[in-house]
Amino acid sequence: MRTTQTDMNRTGAATSPIHTKAMEKAAQTFKGPPGSESAMGEIREAYSTGADPIGTVPIPTTIKGAAGTAGKALTGQFLSVLVDKLGERLAFERQGARLYEALLCKLEVSPARVGSITPVALTEIMNEEISHAGLLIEEMNGLGADPTAMTPSADLAGVQAIGLVQTITDPRTSMTQCLQAILAAELIDNACWELLIELAEGFGKDELAANMRVALRQEEEHLRRVRGWLTEYVQSEAGISP
Amino acid sequence: MALDLMKERGTPLEKQLFDWRDIVRTPISKLDDDAFTRVRVILMNGIENEAWIFQHNFARQNLEMRRHLARVRRVEQHQQTLVNWLLPADQSVLETTIGYEQVAVEVTATVAEHEPHPYMKQVYEYGLLEDFDHLYRYSALLDRLEGKDANNILQGYTDIVPGRPTVEEHRDPFDDIRDHYDRTKADPLTKIHALTILSAEQQTRNYYATVGGHYADPVARQLYAEISSIEEQHVTQYESLIDPNETLMEKWLLHEATEVFTYFSCMQQESNPRIKQIWERFLSYELGHLHCVLDLFRKVDKRDPLEILPQTLPEPLDFKSHRDYVQQVLRTQVDLRAVGTQFVPKDQVPSNSPTIAYNRHINSKGSPSEAVSAGYRWMPGTELAARAEALRTGQQGSVH
Repeated sequence: MRTTQTDMNRTGAATSPIHTKAMEKAAQTFKGPPGSESAMGEIREAYSTGADPIGTVPIPTTIKGAAGTAGKALTGQFLSVLVDKLGERLAFERQGARLYEALLCKLEVSPARVGSITPVALTEIMNEEISHAGLLIEEMNGLGADPTAMTPSADLAGVQAIGLVQTITDPRTSMTQCLQAILAAELIDNACWELLIELAEGFGKDELAANMRVALRQEEEHLRRVRGWLTEYVQSEAGISP
Repeated sequence: MALDLMKERGTPLEKQLFDWRDIVRTPISKLDDDAFTRVRVILMNGIENEAWIFQHNFARQNLEMRRHLARVRRVEQHQQTLVNWLLPADQSVLETTIGYEQVAVEVTATVAEHEPHPYMKQVYEYGLLEDFDHLYRYSALLDRLEGKDANNILQGYTDIVPGRPTVEEHRDPFDDIRDHYDRTKADPLTKIHALTILSAEQQTRNYYATVGGHYADPVARQLYAEISSIEEQHVTQYESLIDPNETLMEKWLLHEATEVFTYFSCMQQESNPRIKQIWERFLSYELGHLHCVLDLFRKVDKRDPLEILPQTLPEPLDFKSHRDYVQQVLRTQVDLRAVGTQFVPKDQVPSNSPTIAYNRHINSKGSPSEAVSAGYRWMPGTELAARAEALRTGQQGSVH
């Protein structure tokens, strides 16, 4: 079954015009309180003022790491920002590998494969995501940071990815719908590797930046391939020749 | 079709079996299934949860029944999971909340319409206007937090307008207690209705109390905290309708009869054939439970169950839009307020009413339900549709 076929979607107002008219009439008759959305903003502001942070970046685990952090702090630079963002990428790469694993499963059971996507290609990307995680573990250890800790940005990367996991692991979603989710992941991943490289350069960590540039080139290739597969699937569903 | 409760024995308990594949099924479609399919799923989850809670409480007080209860309760547990997990994962917590309030409005309305006891009917109509208001407040939150139209869930069956304002629903606990029916005189339908609405409200309270804290937004957290508190008041209200002099066996019998009644109502009106089969199967399971309890009741209470139950099931619940009925109740009763167990016009509430002091204090640092819906009026496609139109036509002055 095409996931975009036309059938009995009941969510729109046009599905039940008589009911909708009655609802609109009721909304005109029985009025709510005066004001605007700004009342919600006031509550949000009240809570934001003086709110605790999500959490902290852990203290370096080695003397070298502690010395590095302290040394940078003396120059007005905060190495903890780099550690936080490295932790974020690490969390994202691990999550990315799991997303590809789930997508692979989806591809294997999908009734008709479209275009150039293959299980081998997905496995390749999945393995590269895992090797990126390995690179980040090594680099964090090198900085005296604990790669097993969850940094605040790593935590939020997980919060942001919940929708991607839900989309790809739902048995009802199609390859097209899942590739859309993977595209979102790869777009974020590419932009964040670029940011991380600039950050490492800012700290004068040229070797780290160079290692990460290799990962970025692979991520650019992931993005290119995912875009291509998604285009093939969408065009095929629409009946448009590429 | 009348269902003879004494003749229909249903599926024997030993044949009520499950496996994990059976329990965890393909959910309904948020987009394509009828809204009342979702209403039935939510209602039956509430009914099963109440059966589970009641049977645990019974077991804690009674050694003789403990083994019998454990056996029936295991089946109820699996029924509850199977039913509740028919809700799909693409339905957000807030969208599910809209579904819960649609249940509260439409099921309370059908119960109120069919209720033979005038005082009970009045209680249902009173509660109805409060849940109706919750639907309006949550719809505003859904629009303003997720940018979604609550009518995608309601499908035109239920109005999105204020009822008795939530801000005014916070009462002193004593003003939530109602008079109970007399177990020796009440119509069996009155007893079944009370358990049905109690079950629905109890699961709503539990759901809000659990999910509200999952939100990051303090506005959403406050609104769930506020409405969860009202649902607790509703649980207090509806459980006080039940005669406390009923024996535990009598209560168990009534719980099983309520399950039979509600599954029967669902089965008769279900539009999705796959879900209809589930209602049919579980109706048969509940008839099996009922007959187990009938046998135990005869042995323990040494009474004829027909003193408690009707021979045949009463008219089923109506799973349909009650727009006209709700609007009529809204027009005539929105200004009623509870004083003790009675309802009086707002201007007749005594100035020393404990509810006035309670309400003033709990709202003293602002009202989440008022804040979330300030200036909110439902329109198709969310309130942003009006702003989009204004921007498109260059009427920027009317845009906030």
